[in-house]
Amino acid sequence: MTSTWATVILVGLATFAIKAAGPLLLGGRELPPRLRGMLDHLPPALLAALIVTQALGDERRLTLDPRLLGLAAAAVALAVRAPVLLVLVAATATTALARLLL
Amino acid sequence: MSDAIHPAPDRRRYRDGMRAALPLGLADLAFGTWFGVLAHTAGMGNVAAVVMSATTFAGSAQFAAASVLGAGGSVVAAVIAAVMLNLRYGPIGLSAAPAVPRPRWRAALTAQLVVDESWAIAQREPGRIDHHLLIGAGLALYASWVGGTAVGMLAVGLIADPERLGLDAAAPALFLALLAPQLGSRSRLLAAACGAAVALALQPVAPAGVPIIAASLACLAGLVRGRR
Repeated sequence: MTSTWATVILVGLATFAIKAAGPLLLGGRELPPRLRGMLDHLPPALLAALIVTQALGDERRLTLDPRLLGLAAAAVALAVRAPVLLVLVAATATTALARLLL
Repeated sequence: MSDAIHPAPDRRRYRDGMRAALPLGLADLAFGTWFGVLAHTAGMGNVAAVVMSATTFAGSAQFAAASVLGAGGSVVAAVIAAVMLNLRYGPIGLSAAPAVPRPRWRAALTAQLVVDESWAIAQREPGRIDHHLLIGAGLALYASWVGGTAVGMLAVGLIADPERLGLDAAAPALFLALLAPQLGSRSRLLAAACGAAVALALQPVAPAGVPIIAASLACLAGLVRGRR
């Protein structure tokens, strides 16, 4: 079995379990506020780390390349409240243009 | 029988949910297409990407798993990153729990249709979920997400060099777009800054995927200690 399929199956099972857990196990009860606060703060930390590794990572190195210009374009598009798809187009078009010119 | 006396019949409320999901469904179709493109760039097979959309149905986690694999990370790292992003569906599913139908196996299946968008649509008033709306909206979003992934896989087959089109910049841009609305509170901003700093420090020394997991664990540890 390839690592891709192993990932697909494990992530699928885990997601099923996470989504089913609330209604199945806990019924109408609430989570303790402290645990809830932790769960609230996981996505921002994780997403920020993903941005860094995806924009600057290259194998086991940090590199500055046109992806960073694309990310800057995305930030500008987000700042003017562009829809997300436009944000993605801004990022890819800027990166493609920079690769063409630099 | 009129709506003034009885609530709208179930079938109509399913349809209401679908109709409410239509604009978001279009966005999901496009996101699904992006996922197809990124999964292809990351070296996932066509079938695997579509199967993942059909069985996981959680965009950010799928993007994260594909990114970690694409960067050469291990299965364990990819799965942990995806699971940590999906943990928020624990509390979200919990808030939907009183609304999902019994028996329990039906509740477990209905909960699979909970994603950020369907949950928002089904929330008629804060804290109260209409499960007919949830199912209608969830099914519409599911169809566009899986269909979009298939479209993306087909479309990317026609592209010879994704990097020339700047497609490798799509993943960080998408994660930024997902992060931006979460930065409202100072503590979440701090968590994001901490995540970025740890990832930056570990990227040159740790195997792919590890910086992401370490970043979120380090920030959680800081958060717990800070609250004491």
